[in-house]
Amino acid sequence: MNNRLHNNQLYHLIMANVKELIREPGVLFWGTVFPILMSLGLGIAFMSKKDIVVNIAVIGKNHLVRTPGDSTSILRSFFENNGATLEKSKDGTLLRRFIVKDDKLGNTIFLFSDLTWTKAMVLLKRGNLNLVLDENMGKVQYHFDPKNPDAQLTYLKLSKILDDPVKSVVGAGEEIKPLTVSGTRYIDFLVPGLIAMGVMMSTIWGVSYTIIETRAKKLLRRMVATPMKRSNFLISLITVRMALNFVEASLLFLFAYAVFGITIQGNLPALIMLFVAGNIAFAGISIFSSSHTSKTEVGNGLINAISMPMMVLSGVFFSYHNFPDWSVPVIQLFPLTMLADGIRSIFIEGAGFTEVAMPLLILSGIGSLFFVTGLRIFKWH
Amino acid sequence: MNHTPVIEVKEVHKSFKTVQAIRGISLRIEQGQFVAILGPNGAGKTTLVEMIEGMQNPDKGEITIENRLWKGNELYLRRIIGLSLQETRFIDKLTVWETLRLFASFFAIGKDRCQEVIHLIGLEEKRKSYVVNLSGGQRQRLALGIALLNSPKILLLDEPTTGLDPNARREVWSILNKLKEQSLTSLILTTHYMEEAEQLCDYIVIIDHGKVLKEGTLNELLGDSQNDIPIKPVETRKITLDDLFISLTGRHLNE
Repeated sequence: MNNRLHNNQLYHLIMANVKELIREPGVLFWGTVFPILMSLGLGIAFMSKKDIVVNIAVIGKNHLVRTPGDSTSILRSFFENNGATLEKSKDGTLLRRFIVKDDKLGNTIFLFSDLTWTKAMVLLKRGNLNLVLDENMGKVQYHFDPKNPDAQLTYLKLSKILDDPVKSVVGAGEEIKPLTVSGTRYIDFLVPGLIAMGVMMSTIWGVSYTIIETRAKKLLRRMVATPMKRSNFLISLITVRMALNFVEASLLFLFAYAVFGITIQGNLPALIMLFVAGNIAFAGISIFSSSHTSKTEVGNGLINAISMPMMVLSGVFFSYHNFPDWSVPVIQLFPLTMLADGIRSIFIEGAGFTEVAMPLLILSGIGSLFFVTGLRIFKWH
Repeated sequence: MNHTPVIEVKEVHKSFKTVQAIRGISLRIEQGQFVAILGPNGAGKTTLVEMIEGMQNPDKGEITIENRLWKGNELYLRRIIGLSLQETRFIDKLTVWETLRLFASFFAIGKDRCQEVIHLIGLEEKRKSYVVNLSGGQRQRLALGIALLNSPKILLLDEPTTGLDPNARREVWSILNKLKEQSLTSLILTTHYMEEAEQLCDYIVIIDHGKVLKEGTLNELLGDSQNDIPIKPVETRKITLDDLFISLTGRHLNE
């Protein structure tokens, strides 16, 4: 029995793929360590209450410091009456520092710099400024791109403070009651997305690129000139990649569980089935996309063309509901969206088989369709 | 030598779009016979070998191996053919031994034969080396070893020594000469090197533009051509295969 296994071509093909993987440290780093680092970085960035620094340019003379004979200035009065400290930046620019303390949202530090309009525009283009202020006819004017949500938020905060400093600063955020329900944090949203993205990237690169490279090296042609079963070649690639995906996802989950306390609230067997369906979908797409070309450059382009739009649009890092309404139904048809939404619903909404039955079937269907079509046009030599 | 034909190529034609790669070639190769196919680049050597190994179908004509057509006999024929292609790269991070075991598994062959082959190709010391760390000559010997794993009745080698230094080339020849002594394997070899054809092969076929220009043993080819090839009056040397090739094709072999 043991001897039969050791002469079995599928066993040797699987072992060859495993050895190739584990002997390439880069594969393990990008597949396993990198997603963990990404979740750690993003998780910490969105969980800790770091001070928010807001850079504001103040245009026009003497709004920061009073000199003899100056006319009145709303901004200068605000700085003087509310204890905004006067400082000099490293390049000698005069600035006022005003801090709004908040133990729930984190402190906001407003840095008001005395700049010319030209200099302010340069810094704004470089992304080093949030807002530009000046005064006209005794009124403060706010210059910013109204489509920039960051600038919009700064405007809302600052205009409120300038209107009523006492009410805005003292007791700020008292009405905010932080949610402690499990699954409502950003990290709870992120980790299922990262698991889904890991399946896509690992499968597409691992299966598709390997096939194209094997064809480019003429190794595929050499292999099919033997009695090797062609199906065994593909099965070995997909099996090894699926196993690696399972290890990667488990490690990421264990890490998120240990560090961020993430749990799976829904049905575990449903999650495993959905995970397998996701693997089938991306394996099918990989076989299809690598069915013809023998040029690795073309393969790179194809893989990026398939994976990049999904990575950006499918709601891995942020909700796809931020995109225009007309695009949402289209985005929801992407395999990565279905997989990420499905995994997320099991992780944080407590979903079971009933809720993920449809994505599970569609993902398996997509995989089978692409697999069969890919095999029909597959170029073996 | 058994005179039963192992390979028969009958009036084979093959075209790719507007290019006629093979125009009516016929060949008959017997058991244990070593045949060289010589021709400049684009002569149709690789297309001919690809048709014999079943990777391409002829547009016209017929190829039989042991009296069998490829259609319907693919699995059997793949079991009796050994093959080494130009510039094949194996899996970089597999060792020599693992690579041999992988290919042996395709023929359901066990460790013992791998052991024989690694000894035959002289790579025992490199058994645990990754393929990526082998020299060009060692890689070519490995490719030859893989082609020999199934003790093939037919061995097809497409330019097996191209790009190798003279020493590495002689090592490959030495392995093939050992095989020749056993008279069990028929070899078809395409090459750019006249010396290779002279050293290894019993029969030489010169092709260009998809046609056989001349074929025969080395002596037959050179003997027939004695009066046809113009040699400068001051020259006293014997006619070589190179001279014959230039007179037939108007080109050097490696052009």
